[in-house]
Amino acid sequence: MLVAAIGLAVAPARLAAQDHGQYTQTEIDTGARLYSSQCSTCHGPNGDRISGIDLRRGQFRRVVTDDDLMRIVTTGVPAAGMPPFAFQPAELTGIVAYIRAGLDSSTPSIRIGTASRGKAIVEGKGACLSCHRIGGNGSRVAPDLSDIGAARGVDMLHRSLTNPSAGMLPINRPVRITLKDGRTVNGRRLNEDTFTVQLIDDKERLHSIEKRDIRNFAVETTSPMPSFTGRLTSDELADVIAYLVTLRGQP
Amino acid sequence: MKVEEVEEVEEVEKWKKWKKWGRELHALGALVVVLGSIVSAQVTPARLERAADEAQNWLMYSGGYFSQRYSPLKQLDRTNVKNLEMKWILPNQVFGAWQSSPLVVDGVMYVTQRPNDVLAVDAKTGRVFWLYRHTPSPDARVCCGSNNRGVAVVGDTLFMGTLDGRLIAIDTKTGKAIWNIEVGDPKLGYSITMAPLVVKDKVLVGTGGGEYGIRGFVAAYDVRTGKEAWKLHTIPAPGEPGSESWKGDTWKTGGGSIWLTPSYDPALNLTYWGVGNPGPDWNPDQRPGDNLYTASVIAVDADTGKLRWHYQFTPNDPYDYDSVQIAVLADFTYQGKPLKSMLWANRNGNFYVLDRTNGKFVSGKPFVKVNWMSGFDPNGRPIQTPQPAGQPTWPGNQGGTNWYSPSFSPRTGLFYVTAWEDYATIYRREFQDYVPGRVFGGGGGRQLLPVPGAPGVRIGRTTPINNWTNAAGYSSVIAIDPVSGMHKWKFEQFDMSDSGVLTTAGDLLFTGGREGYFYALDARTGEMLWKASLGGQIANGPVTFSVDGKQYVTTISGNSLVTFGLRD
Repeated sequence: MLVAAIGLAVAPARLAAQDHGQYTQTEIDTGARLYSSQCSTCHGPNGDRISGIDLRRGQFRRVVTDDDLMRIVTTGVPAAGMPPFAFQPAELTGIVAYIRAGLDSSTPSIRIGTASRGKAIVEGKGACLSCHRIGGNGSRVAPDLSDIGAARGVDMLHRSLTNPSAGMLPINRPVRITLKDGRTVNGRRLNEDTFTVQLIDDKERLHSIEKRDIRNFAVETTSPMPSFTGRLTSDELADVIAYLVTLRGQP
Repeated sequence: MKVEEVEEVEEVEKWKKWKKWGRELHALGALVVVLGSIVSAQVTPARLERAADEAQNWLMYSGGYFSQRYSPLKQLDRTNVKNLEMKWILPNQVFGAWQSSPLVVDGVMYVTQRPNDVLAVDAKTGRVFWLYRHTPSPDARVCCGSNNRGVAVVGDTLFMGTLDGRLIAIDTKTGKAIWNIEVGDPKLGYSITMAPLVVKDKVLVGTGGGEYGIRGFVAAYDVRTGKEAWKLHTIPAPGEPGSESWKGDTWKTGGGSIWLTPSYDPALNLTYWGVGNPGPDWNPDQRPGDNLYTASVIAVDADTGKLRWHYQFTPNDPYDYDSVQIAVLADFTYQGKPLKSMLWANRNGNFYVLDRTNGKFVSGKPFVKVNWMSGFDPNGRPIQTPQPAGQPTWPGNQGGTNWYSPSFSPRTGLFYVTAWEDYATIYRREFQDYVPGRVFGGGGGRQLLPVPGAPGVRIGRTTPINNWTNAAGYSSVIAIDPVSGMHKWKFEQFDMSDSGVLTTAGDLLFTGGREGYFYALDARTGEMLWKASLGGQIANGPVTFSVDGKQYVTTISGNSLVTFGLRD
């Protein structure tokens, strides 16, 4: 299965695919055009709009192999509302190539270094685990990175390392809450709805707070994480990204 | 005398007989209600005409022909709504978003579930009488989920449209099919997701498939036989009025889908249909012209299928602003004169008041942020202000509102709609060849998001974690005064909502949202009076009814059909 290979190869999906000689840029480009016209209405531009399926991350309900993928596209899944597509063989190959390229036909400009060196930096010089957690080690105050290589593209990882506030997803924003009884709760947002907010505080405790009990509720847009531009060399950044890409939530 | 006229006279005679029969049965029905018996009378066309006044029942998709989704029931009111409790829950055994709106006929609830099942349920207990199952052909093509939004009823017969473009008549007592006809060819992308509407002796439907380059139509079929009575294309053929709004052969793949239930004014004998996007969706360069009657409302004679008037909300629509929303009909005084109005909160972000006798534009005003147009000319044509390539358009692709039902309360005089706020799309146009049965989109778009690569709002809620947050958009229920166009109040939620709105004579407003809260608001002020945390996303509009003198409210949350009533 190519997706597993991508994780081991420590490179973005498309590079791995090319290295293995599996799909050509022409095939990927063909797939990109077809995908945007035929597939993205339902699957979304990022391939994650259908519950349980994330094409970019290689997460499927029924598919394992490339042949499976071609068969599903051809027959559809009528019970789930997916119609059959009468594609030509070259088009089918293109669709699979594009999906296996992580729905990214552009050449990533982000450099990927060596994962083993990156691991050493994450655990040492970078002191990443003083806030983050990977595979059971480190703090829970910042997001657990055990599956970050599956959850984020290389460009997003690079942005988070060099400009953390610009890369911080809105859900992860720090919240500062003053309750009506005077207590304060500061932490990282985990979930929110109209009436409640869930967070993990700086002592790693989980809180679910009803908004009617809140006097003051601030959601910060500045990340507490420092930028690693200047703290790490560009080679070191490339190594860290190489390591993060391998983290796919499979202990 | 022409053949058509002979048929018309015959139809009138049949109709008179039916009407008489209906009156008799209605009297019997009243007797049955008095006796509190479980025996139910047939639903006659005359009862359908007065459906909105038949407080104990919910006889058609929007409650009545005026589509106000308003009930005269008032046992539940602002003082006792806090005492609601769950009476029963019926889990759907079929996975996927559940957008159906149930009917209730004399204590029996009829609800559809994916892909094309009908359930007959004891409305008081949630226990099931029968299950009808139609398995759509593998040829069925639907862009956006195996949805079915409900059935229509007349006599002893239910009518359901199917994902593979069929219309099926089903016996209300046995759950067996009576007839089953093809409305549109599923191989070409024709499908039916809307609940049909029965008018007199005809059942009316339209077809989805606006993403497949169909040529949309509405059609009427004899309720007893399924024989086609009339058919009207939403895209005119060369030579027909409106055909000048298409160039070359573009009309053949012009779209104009119909995927929600029409409204009907018996006094004018006009049915009102919201028409979907043109094909291809996002590339107007491929279909120059206004593209009538896409993104429009059309008024169609209920007996003949003749087009009486139209009003186009979004000419040459490049945004996928299907104008399929429910046309709400209401009569009130406007600038000192009585107005037979049509109220319309459109996917394009504007709230419209039209004169439903002639389609004249009365007023239009944005109810959410709008930047694709700057105002209206004196005829009500929008002055379009397309945004430069790469720049966001408000409202976004899923619109300022969409398919979920609005409501109008004759008691408050207010129109209520679920709106998507702070939500924009960056559109992209591409040339697209038409291939039969394939998506004919012509581009697409991506949602405007505060962080590149962050999760965006999806078509439905698929996770209990809201990791897109209100930074990607949020919903509100807005109460609009149709006379002034002003917002009377607004009830904001943190996530998006695809919940319709129900109002009652108890001055209550029921709605929900993707977060799985089901609310009762004060229809006059928007104050939240009660809520239940049901967990699953609430889509489509709640309904209310009564059995044995007790009022109930039903909603769908996630994969569950849930009914509330007062504590005994």
